[in-house]
Amino acid sequence: MATNIDAAMLRDIIMDHYQYPRNKRELNNDPEYRSKHMASDSCIDDITVQAKFKDGTIKDVAFDGVACAISTSATDIMSELVKDKSLEEAQEIIDNYMAMVDEKEYDEELLDEAIAFQNVGRQANRIKCATIGWNALQQLIDEEKEEKDGK
Amino acid sequence: MDIKENIEKIREDFPILKREMCNHPLIYLDNCATTLKPKTMIDAVVHYYTYLGANAHRGDYEMSAQVDYAYEQARKITQEFIHAKRVEEIVFTSGTTESLNVLAMTITDQWLNDGDVVLSTVAEHASNVLPWMEAGKPKNIKVEYIPLDEKGRLTAENFEKAITDQVKVVSIAQVTNVLGYEAPIKEITKIAHDHGIKVVVDGAQSVAHLPVDVQDLDVDFFCFSGHKMCAPTGIGVLYGKFELLEALTPAFFGGESNARFNKCGKVSLKKTPLKYESGTQPIEGALGLAAAMKYINHLGKENIHRYELELKRYFLEKIKDVEKVKVYNADAQSGIITFNVYDNGKIIFPQDVASFLNTKGIAIRSGEHCAKLLGEVLQVPGTCRASVYFYNTFEDIDKFVEALKEASFETCLDIFF
Repeated sequence: MATNIDAAMLRDIIMDHYQYPRNKRELNNDPEYRSKHMASDSCIDDITVQAKFKDGTIKDVAFDGVACAISTSATDIMSELVKDKSLEEAQEIIDNYMAMVDEKEYDEELLDEAIAFQNVGRQANRIKCATIGWNALQQLIDEEKEEKDGK
Repeated sequence: MDIKENIEKIREDFPILKREMCNHPLIYLDNCATTLKPKTMIDAVVHYYTYLGANAHRGDYEMSAQVDYAYEQARKITQEFIHAKRVEEIVFTSGTTESLNVLAMTITDQWLNDGDVVLSTVAEHASNVLPWMEAGKPKNIKVEYIPLDEKGRLTAENFEKAITDQVKVVSIAQVTNVLGYEAPIKEITKIAHDHGIKVVVDGAQSVAHLPVDVQDLDVDFFCFSGHKMCAPTGIGVLYGKFELLEALTPAFFGGESNARFNKCGKVSLKKTPLKYESGTQPIEGALGLAAAMKYINHLGKENIHRYELELKRYFLEKIKDVEKVKVYNADAQSGIITFNVYDNGKIIFPQDVASFLNTKGIAIRSGEHCAKLLGEVLQVPGTCRASVYFYNTFEDIDKFVEALKEASFETCLDIFF
């Protein structure tokens, strides 16, 4: 765990992505994008994540919807992290992020700003907020792989 | 009993108030969701399992007779609690949700015809809308919504305007669970009956907090849950006028509810209310419910209602200069406070506020409160809801207000570090 990182700094990262999300924008109808709607059954979070895949690479990720500070910023940070990554690289990032949220070993280097959520497990009921967008991306990657492998 | 003067003694009756939450003394302000339980109620449940033990209406031995007596006494106490005319008008169910589902199924099936309409409102709990929607599908019976006024209240005037020849049932809450406004049930019932419309009332948020007299209200059916009034989970009540309960055929069948049957399918059911109580009932729940009602009677429902309003007024007074807290139902005459907190004019997501309050030992609710249609009226993505009961104190409100003053985007995120 990054003990040298100041809590205030991590908080600022979350605040920044919540108040000024980079990739939160109106959903597009471009057929090149895959969409995944995620609606929490226990809270208000209701977001749709869109991703554009090309030649085994994630070209773009965007999202829109109603969501709390944790889910908005976690999804936004994810969208920046996986852009221009191969499916394998993105998978590694997701796996490490999920490990971090579960308080297991993870590679800090890979997660960059996403380490801001390293203690989200302290509020157990909020883990789903920190993972809702990430789970959406996982499902989009799975769908993409399935389709490509199927061909 | 004067609650304010006896608050310390009352709080001692609730063992759970000694526990902590997040290393802080517990401030429980989620009484709309469920209430805490007094020792006398817990003892009644334990007594069933440590002494009474037997099933009801079954055995020829002393234990069983004692259970019968206690179970039917619980029905009697419930009758008096809501001032029903006859003890047979009290049916035990698992709670408000089951009561409303049973009514939606049986009334739709037996009394309604293709094209009929059930009236409700967008402020209703899902339990009072979904059962009617589902039950109505095969017969094309629609649920229509009585328009609320600008504050989200149901008025008799708007109800009357919404009546058409197709309307056969109106199903509404006496006190709504998000905004806490009390509907003019007596007036609405009068208008409904003039049009031959049956009145079903969800009393889940009212019966524990203010005096309810089903005869005076003249409602046809009245449903409520035990756990929202200091009783166990899994027990509730379906009140119906005797002749209506007699006329309807139950939704469930099995042991206990039938008197006799043969292989040809000839079944004779027991009399009302037992024909509605198939299978072994939550006996300890009924006994716990009776103990809870005795406890509430001993405090006095008028006293409880007055005290809750005092707590709410105290909160409103303390919060009136705190601009960042927006209260949506200041004038609702119940202990329900629905609000959002803002930071520099921007709404702090309700769940972030609730998580922050949790770290201070304060339990409130965030979200849509099972009234998913209401968001469109308030035009916010959700709300925070604090709801008081008679064991809350003025100090609870002080700490609650202090915590709200501290809430900001930053502090609501700090809890994660």
